[in-house]
Amino acid sequence: MSVMSREETDALINEVLEVYPAKAKKDRAKHLATNDQSVEQSKKCITSNKKSLPGVMTIRGCAYAGSKGVVWGPIKDMIHISHGPVGCGQYSRNGRRNYYIGTTGINAFVTMNFTSDFQEKDIVFGGDKKLAKLLEEVETLFPLNKGVSIQSECPIGLIGDDIEAVAKKATKDTGKTVVPVRCEGFRGVSQSLGHHIANDAVRDWALDKRDDDNSFETTPYDVAIIGDYNIGGDAWSSRILLEEMGLRVVAQWSGDGTIAEMELTPKVKLNLVHCYRSMNYISRHMEEKYGIPWVEYNFFGPTKTDESLRKIASHFDESIQKKAEEVIAKYKLEYQAVIDKFRPRLEGKRVMLYVGGLRPRHVIGAYEDLGMEVVGTGYEFAHNDDYDRTIKEMGNATLLYDDVTGYEFEEFVKKVKPDLIGSGIKEKFIFQKMGIPFRQMHSWDYSGPYHGYDGFAIFARDMDMTLNNPCWKKLQAPWKADAAEDSAVAASA
Amino acid sequence: MSQSVDNIKPSYPLFLEDEYQDMLASKRDNFEEKHPQAKIDEVFQWTTTEEYQELNFQREALTVNPAKACQPLGSVLCALGFEKTLPYVHGSQGCVAYFRTYFNRHFKEPVSCVSDSMTEDAAVFGGQKNMFDGLENAKALYKPEMIAVSTTCMAEVIGDDLNAFIGNAKKEGHIEQDYPTPFAHTPSFVGSHTTGWDNMFEGIARYFTLNFMEDKEVGKSGKLNLVPGFETYLGNFRVMKRMMADMGVDATLLSDPSEVLDTPADGQFRMYEGGTTLDEIKDAPNALNTIMLQPWQLVKTEKFVKNTWKHEVPKLKIPMGLEYTDDFLMKVSEITGKPVGAALELERGRLVDMMTDSHTWLHGKKFALYGDADFVMGLTKFLMELGAEPIHILCNHANKRWKKEMEKILSESPYGADSTVHIGKDLWHMRSLCFTNKPDFLIGNSYGKEISRDTLYKGKEFEVPLIRLGFPIFDRHHLHRQTTLGYEGAMQMLTTIVNAVLDRLDDETRGMQTTDFNYDLVR
Repeated sequence: MSVMSREETDALINEVLEVYPAKAKKDRAKHLATNDQSVEQSKKCITSNKKSLPGVMTIRGCAYAGSKGVVWGPIKDMIHISHGPVGCGQYSRNGRRNYYIGTTGINAFVTMNFTSDFQEKDIVFGGDKKLAKLLEEVETLFPLNKGVSIQSECPIGLIGDDIEAVAKKATKDTGKTVVPVRCEGFRGVSQSLGHHIANDAVRDWALDKRDDDNSFETTPYDVAIIGDYNIGGDAWSSRILLEEMGLRVVAQWSGDGTIAEMELTPKVKLNLVHCYRSMNYISRHMEEKYGIPWVEYNFFGPTKTDESLRKIASHFDESIQKKAEEVIAKYKLEYQAVIDKFRPRLEGKRVMLYVGGLRPRHVIGAYEDLGMEVVGTGYEFAHNDDYDRTIKEMGNATLLYDDVTGYEFEEFVKKVKPDLIGSGIKEKFIFQKMGIPFRQMHSWDYSGPYHGYDGFAIFARDMDMTLNNPCWKKLQAPWKADAAEDSAVAASA
Repeated sequence: MSQSVDNIKPSYPLFLEDEYQDMLASKRDNFEEKHPQAKIDEVFQWTTTEEYQELNFQREALTVNPAKACQPLGSVLCALGFEKTLPYVHGSQGCVAYFRTYFNRHFKEPVSCVSDSMTEDAAVFGGQKNMFDGLENAKALYKPEMIAVSTTCMAEVIGDDLNAFIGNAKKEGHIEQDYPTPFAHTPSFVGSHTTGWDNMFEGIARYFTLNFMEDKEVGKSGKLNLVPGFETYLGNFRVMKRMMADMGVDATLLSDPSEVLDTPADGQFRMYEGGTTLDEIKDAPNALNTIMLQPWQLVKTEKFVKNTWKHEVPKLKIPMGLEYTDDFLMKVSEITGKPVGAALELERGRLVDMMTDSHTWLHGKKFALYGDADFVMGLTKFLMELGAEPIHILCNHANKRWKKEMEKILSESPYGADSTVHIGKDLWHMRSLCFTNKPDFLIGNSYGKEISRDTLYKGKEFEVPLIRLGFPIFDRHHLHRQTTLGYEGAMQMLTTIVNAVLDRLDDETRGMQTTDFNYDLVR
């Protein structure tokens, strides 16, 4: 299908909205837009960060998912307690591919599920005593943990437990950091508030621990990677570039991160923010309290990576800027070969995205480096500052969909007929059955890393293997193909 | 520069390259403040001891790596097994994202389910408004013919009343009065995913039959009801239908998601496919009898079927392995008056033939196993039928009566003499057991792979390989299509287990000039 005009895209949105009851239709209309690059502020064209409508099959998760699943969970030397009933910890266990190095169960704990497994009596009588006992048991059985975070599930906030008091007492007893996090799943409208709550908990319970300790030797080139969860090793294929250009990466937030790195971060010179959505809060706090500037960057695809390396280098002296150019020149050999091989196989292919965090805009450049075009994009849990950053990245008259419903996404895809969809596992099998090549863009479909130049090669390989695999041509039984041709001939006769 | 375009490497083996290894070492040494390796090794060794096991088993408050999930996961699976039915979970929306994802990962299939997205205001005022809009929106968008409602713990803690809310939604015209909306309260802080299945089924049975019993008569339809319970092997639905067809028995599977969880890739997405029809559930009380395929997980259903449908509900075990399948088929024959028949007798003979062929590799082998109550019971029995010894048997969600029954089953076989049954225990307990009294193999879902890795870390001679049977299985493809029930299921499990034994033997004997013996071509 050729590129859609503004009128066609508007008409498509209206057509898809038809099925909704009046009240829901009015609400959903505000979340769907035809992109217009001339719009300066996204609030003029799209609404975001509002409650999902009941019963529409939103793809969103909850605050607990944003805190335990995204921000805190990857800190590897802490134990993260899923405090409440058994389900949340089980469903979020080891599914996000936050890679880390460690002896799991001894000094690293990311892929494990620690839970207070609430029973009816805990709901009725409160869970504080159980929590206190649990923290003692953690110390006995996992003595090398460097701290604990208490990730609240829905009931905690409803039954009036005082987890802050329990946390304070436990810290006093063990001397280790114990962080209570009020990320109950019913708070806010999506994962997003969970990120914010988790950031605030870092600020209030962990970040300032070394404010008065100057034993850590700093350098003028100290930076922290903020908002990289090391999915498939993303933070590592990013870190290697930053180190190569002469910077010293003191901390990774939070993929393969440690509590020590977190505590050392206030001593860095610059915070490098990849996932703005989930960690802008702590970056702003460090700017305000410690005077650390922060800069957003994008390590998807060589164009954006080149740009970002230069942008980061501009915050440092000429020696760094020179090295950044050397890094770019060196890797150009690598990525140009990747583009030369894969671009001819992918040129002109049209992509629809629906993801979270930064990816609905950040990966556009990587597709464009391969000659592909993103014709629709949307966020699960964006705010309008995310859409502000998206409008210029997307072509005119392309589709924007916020908190898309299962119904809308399916209908959009049927009409737009993209060559590839990048979204999550809840969407994957729907579209694969429809015969549309699909890549999971949360977990990298069990591949990755995708960040940096090394990651781009894998990204290109993966998009090619999925788009050009022979399986997509086999959906129709051969005898059915004959029948379809026959009827087409009959109709034209 | 680590990538070459003709050999693009993903994380493994990319991160094994020197430049990445150096980078990771520098990160570790300069910023992580990692404990000294000697200390880590010391603690690791300590966690493999009897002393640690004792401390581990004293836990009262902390659960580590549980082998269970929560109720609404089960209610969603139950609802998916009915024709054109949309599962609807009243409460926080994140739960539904998790249920869908969990099933997506296991089945590699779409799973349709809605939430009514309750947030802070609903926590204060109750979720009735969410229910009104949710039912209306879901029906308009997804056009189900039935919406099956269950709850998350949020809705349960604030005490939302499904019966009243759904009734009011109909009264106010959000959906039609006669629109089918069975429901069940499924608090996550009671029981597990299997309880949720049981509750949802009871809710559906109650909704369609409780007030419609006047014209019902046991045996009128001449059919037999089979209730699967929380069942994730697609082959198990199919083998039941096939065995009943072989016997000429007109049986109804009450909840059958084997079509909707196995739709073809042919260009079309089917949100609904197959499933037990509403007519079938309405007619269920007219059947001759109802058999619970997983009776320990269907307590509430059994009570309802006995009290309301007045069915006898025969005392049977899960039809897994040889003897429990024999018992099941003989009972079906007794209920229906149809002989078991030549086809199944032939199949049984083939299973026994396989057992005679393979027993030499299984006799005396020691197994640790974990999972849901009925699965664990059936598998324990089957292992003993093979002459294998199930030494560590663990079920997180089972009760004391189940433990007693297990101990009785074990006491009836010499192969159960060294077995211990653990209830209310988790996979961190199982890890201790695998170190202090090493089994040859561990059988369970994908989560067991961490135990397997830990035992290998201690040394090759301590390694306990994992055989994947159960739910969920995320890290291997298509195993959910297999069968574990009936003679066919026993054949498949036997094949899986014996070949795991032989794979392991190859693995241990393929050293050139070190173990040139027993690495045989013919076994």
